[in-house]
Amino acid sequence: MIKLFRIDDRLIHGQVVVGWGQPLGVGFIVLVDDEVRVSDWEQDLYRMGVPPEIEVIFASAAEAVERLAEWQADPRGGILLTGNIDAMATLCAGAGRVPAVNLGGMHHRAGRTERLRYVYLTADEAAKLRRLASTGVRVMAQDVPSARAIGLEEFL
Amino acid sequence: MSEHLVGVVVSHAAVAQALVAAVQGITGIDSALVGVSNEGCDYPAMTERLERALAGRRGVLFVDLPGGSCLTSAARYARGRDDVAIVTGVNLAMLLDFVFNRDVPPADAGRRAAAAGAKAIRVPAA
Repeated sequence: MIKLFRIDDRLIHGQVVVGWGQPLGVGFIVLVDDEVRVSDWEQDLYRMGVPPEIEVIFASAAEAVERLAEWQADPRGGILLTGNIDAMATLCAGAGRVPAVNLGGMHHRAGRTERLRYVYLTADEAAKLRRLASTGVRVMAQDVPSARAIGLEEFL
Repeated sequence: MSEHLVGVVVSHAAVAQALVAAVQGITGIDSALVGVSNEGCDYPAMTERLERALAGRRGVLFVDLPGGSCLTSAARYARGRDDVAIVTGVNLAMLLDFVFNRDVPPADAGRRAAAAGAKAIRVPAA
């Protein structure tokens, strides 16, 4: 089953594979991104950061909606990643079954303001997170497991 | 004579800056390497940092891990270019070799540095 639903604009990287993957004992990682889904080259790149015993599954947002039930029934533990709020919101709305979302990394860009050291958001992105939370999904910011999970109300 | 290559050390946290400082301290050469950290960066921001570090020069990107955000950023930046090569698993030994062997094409410099770095990994007898 999916043990962690995470929004992280770096997608697969050290915090995900080592920081979360080790303590959660994951057997698979689902990377939900429409662009990566159709790029063999980028998929190879992301696979390089993952030990061979962990399966990496690439899916579009639409495919993730279709396959979430299958991944939730998987006896292995998994992490599902999206690179932005929209893809996660699509999954939550389309598939349900997402009890909580971990906001793990949205970094500085023009138009975003700092909410936490690792969370920068535009006003529109903040509104999207509030809407997501209003549907019953628990949204928490936490970059690594040893850090305190911070509720939406504390940084918006 | 062709312009010497620049080495860009790409790492998590401040590993890159520490390695660059160590090479400068050992060799006295202060113009061969630039450190780039991924701290606080998404991929577009990392691309900007790499562009600033290379500043239009030919070079080698020395990345800390053979996977993850530093490599992903470097590989995206270097894709399809012959003026930039990538080496992963950066260590001090490979950088020390590199700074004295920069008058070659980037791919050759990368291969040489990787070999020098690999030779430095040993388990000395206790």
